Amino acid sequence: MNWTRKHLTDIESLSAEEITLVLDTARAFKAVGERAIKKVPALRGKTVVNLFIEPSTRTRTSFELSEQRLSADIINFNTEASSLKKGESLKDTARNLEALNVDFIVIRHSASGAPAFLSRVLQASVINAGDGAHEHPTQALLDTFTIREQKGRIAGLKVTILGDILYSRVARSDVWALTKLGAHVTLCGPPTLVPREFEQMGAKVTHNVEEAIREADIINLLRIQHERQRKTMFPSLGEYTSFFGLTKQRLAKTKPDAIIMHPGPINRGVEIDSSIADSGRSVILQQVTNGLAVRMAVLFLVNGGKGPSELAS
Amino acid sequence: MGESIVVLNQGAIQRALTRVAHEIAERNESGSSVVLVGIQRGGVPLAACLAETLSGIWKQPVPAGSLDVSMHRDDLDRRAAPHVQPTHMPFDITGKTVVLVDDVLFSGRTIRAAMDALNDFGRPRQIELAVLIDRGHRELPIKADFVGKNVPTALAESVLVKFSDTGVPLSVTLRKEPTP
Repeated sequence: MNWTRKHLTDIESLSAEEITLVLDTARAFKAVGERAIKKVPALRGKTVVNLFIEPSTRTRTSFELSEQRLSADIINFNTEASSLKKGESLKDTARNLEALNVDFIVIRHSASGAPAFLSRVLQASVINAGDGAHEHPTQALLDTFTIREQKGRIAGLKVTILGDILYSRVARSDVWALTKLGAHVTLCGPPTLVPREFEQMGAKVTHNVEEAIREADIINLLRIQHERQRKTMFPSLGEYTSFFGLTKQRLAKTKPDAIIMHPGPINRGVEIDSSIADSGRSVILQQVTNGLAVRMAVLFLVNGGKGPSELAS
Repeated sequence: MGESIVVLNQGAIQRALTRVAHEIAERNESGSSVVLVGIQRGGVPLAACLAETLSGIWKQPVPAGSLDVSMHRDDLDRRAAPHVQPTHMPFDITGKTVVLVDDVLFSGRTIRAAMDALNDFGRPRQIELAVLIDRGHRELPIKADFVGKNVPTALAESVLVKFSDTGVPLSVTLRKEPTP
């Protein structure tokens, strides 16, 4: 099977074969990152715009380094410097960037569907770096890559995603990617943050943390986004930790080979005990390394994608 | 399905590889500075075969690596992204004679990409090229040092080297239509 997509806007529309192709390609790019010379000429002469309309440090940095390692030219465009603050519409901003003959637009936006919108109005390839509460495809791909690397497979594994699920684009993309590849996904957290509606995506929903982690092969912790409006969702961070935080006591009741993941940035002492984050069970830093390989693979694949099926629709 | 002609059978491939190994040994008197690098995918099992024969000739192990050239191709935005195979270079190539090994030499663009890719791993003293089949139609000024068999072809034809699951070369066939 060949990759034919010109854009990567979501995981939901990908097939299991397409996800596997990204993971296989990423494995080769990970090896590039381990060489003395970490750069390949695959995107030489191409221009990438990193259009981050919502603040981001780690995803933007990861994309930037991936693009540099593929020899692309890069324009960074962030909220502080942007004309969007002066009232320019997203479409006008993007069309202006396109007038510079850019080949790829990597976009992070607070509005769900912004990347899909751009992919319809622009000639450039569009890659979603997180849109609202919709999806964060490259995070799901790097999570899936890390799980496959650690466990040798995805199918049949029990993956528990624990924490702030309600508005989490990471949780949504993870559920799509993992269930398509045959994992059993359980979502857990306070009822206010983990509504039953997620069962429609093919995941199991529980509000009992002991039950959620006991049989899990993977425990993926999501950050409590306490800077957002969370006051009405649970009484306090301390109470969250006592009911849902991954403490040493809770970790002792998990499978001994269960691995701990987190997309970062972590709140030590809130969703995860500080010593667990630094332990051998944690693959949090491997996720960061793998993020580079996965993003290089995505850029490499969409570069060759002409997107006939997408253009036709 | 077009007409297929067997150009080399398993025995003929083995004889050709044995001769190529002896030619490599003749050109490089001491084996201690020679490494073989197979180009993914067909070149990799051939490099392993040549390394085994050369080890016998030189009475010392001859290292063989594998190189994927996908990331160095010159047509990446003109085609669907190639399936990237593993690159494994378990030795330093700086100062060594690298014998690049491929199954079929055609336009020469793969070899150009391979020479670029090798640059990322070090600075060889010399690069030589060994191929099982040279089918002509070069688009770049590239020439093989060691050739198993020259097979004159038309552009519309395709050459296919078949391997067993364990990487033993079984046959070379010429087909009257290009591979789809």
